[in-house]
Amino acid sequence: MSVLVVAEHDGRTLKPATLPAVTAAAELAAKVPGAAGSDVHILVAGKDCRGIAEAAAQIAGIAKVLLADDDAYDHGIAENWAPLLVRLANGPGGYSHLLAPATTAGKNLMPRVAALLDVMQVSDISAVVSADTFVRPIYAGNALATVQSRDAIKIITVRGTAFAPAAATGGSAPIETVATTGSAGLSAFVRAELSKSERPELTSARVIVSGGRGMQSGDNFHLLEKIADRLGAAVGASRAAVDAGFVPNDYQVGQTGKIVAPELYIAVGISGAIQHLAGMKDSKVIVAINKDDEAPIFQIADYGIVGDLFKIVPELDEELGKRQQ
Amino acid sequence: MKALVAVKRVVDYNVKVRVKADQTGVETANVKMSMNPFDEIAVEEGLRLREAGIVEEVIIVSAGVQQCQETIRTALAMGADRGVLVLTDVELQPLAVAKLLKAVIEKESPEIVIIGKQAIDDDCNQTGQMLAALLGWPQATFASKITISGDAAEVTREVDGGLETVAFKLPAIITTDLRLNEPRYASLPNIMRAKKKPIQPMTPEELGVDVTPRLVTLKVEEPAKRQGGIKVGSVAELVDKLKNEARVI
Repeated sequence: MSVLVVAEHDGRTLKPATLPAVTAAAELAAKVPGAAGSDVHILVAGKDCRGIAEAAAQIAGIAKVLLADDDAYDHGIAENWAPLLVRLANGPGGYSHLLAPATTAGKNLMPRVAALLDVMQVSDISAVVSADTFVRPIYAGNALATVQSRDAIKIITVRGTAFAPAAATGGSAPIETVATTGSAGLSAFVRAELSKSERPELTSARVIVSGGRGMQSGDNFHLLEKIADRLGAAVGASRAAVDAGFVPNDYQVGQTGKIVAPELYIAVGISGAIQHLAGMKDSKVIVAINKDDEAPIFQIADYGIVGDLFKIVPELDEELGKRQQ
Repeated sequence: MKALVAVKRVVDYNVKVRVKADQTGVETANVKMSMNPFDEIAVEEGLRLREAGIVEEVIIVSAGVQQCQETIRTALAMGADRGVLVLTDVELQPLAVAKLLKAVIEKESPEIVIIGKQAIDDDCNQTGQMLAALLGWPQATFASKITISGDAAEVTREVDGGLETVAFKLPAIITTDLRLNEPRYASLPNIMRAKKKPIQPMTPEELGVDVTPRLVTLKVEEPAKRQGGIKVGSVAELVDKLKNEARVI
């Protein structure tokens, strides 16, 4: 039996979040018992999405693209997608594993599929041990659990920061059109208000500049925005900064906010509460700027500067500006 | 109409969890336990719907060990009307919880079910979606705004990159995200009042649900410890290190 990856897209282009899930699927397929392992297929479901299927066909390591084109699959409505995945999982040939990126779309969809199949989902895996055993972070990454699934079909979401993205080109898989399941008639898309910011999303940003209570006010966040613009970074915040009303909730990095793992995380005026560290400690490089040299953030920072952020941040802005010229 | 809110007892979010030496799990003995923060938001939203005259009753459900009663009591002290406790010592996984909630929902017939998007212990983010699937109901996950008029609902959802709004008919499952509301604190008179509110005990057997875990935890480990780094003396040195040593800018 083969392994199926659910491609994530916005109706126009394939989203990069799909690629680490393909890598996880390939690792898994190689561990499925059998002479030659198993194949990795990818499902592109949507409305008028042949172009996306053609892009998916080029991903290295994909043996077949399944194209399900139906108005009902527009906007990723889980109530409409889940019956399609259930039919593919149970259908002729069938699939031993169904994987999706652990994005908001994947998290919304896959548990619905799992329940319809009467299986437990394995959420947010960070490593593949064998065909039925996976590592996943719990307690916001403060512990790693190795879990084994007893279910016949494995439903999995994949933590994007834990697997290298598969090459987006180099493959030439055939595209097979599959029958669609239509609309469940349960839910309708009304509108999307996607952030128009030139800055990347927190969860996919390569660099994040975050501010804490030390920023003293929301207005002072413009200091961080200047740095962020120079580095192409997203701007985040600690819970303390959100609770103090400096910035909206969706800025929050931490156990109850967003879990991030960028290449570079710059923590400004953040002391390093457990809650916050849980959300960012998997970042590759951490920089801390804080006036208290005893702040816990320094215990996990690769590079720390002790001092007044209102002096250091403008200096950093100037220094980065000099280097960019 | 009735609203049903499910709550989970978890290790308090301020506690630094410790992995047990035998790698069977994390230490929960003598550790402060609290209501899952996303479930607090769910309780608050249920109460606001009642205060807006949209629902008449807010029922709190929890499943697990006897001490989950304290978590229900916290929700009752916030203002919820009554509780249901499904008692079991078995480790409950999201599929089992969804089946238990489905059985309770079939008894109580709420039109709105609100639960936290994710528990901060197992971080699964599954129960609401699974429950919606089992009931064949619409699901509105990661809600940051809920508008209800009659049996029609519109929910704004926090998705990667922004917000998305979906429309559906009740009954439905809604899971809460951080921006939905700011949960209230229980006042002292309400804490006293909550002691008299009823909590109905049930068991998985009475509900006819098999809660046997499907996932076996083989081991739980500490993640690799992060090495503390160095302190640099100047911004110029920092930028130089980031460029030439760490190579991230």
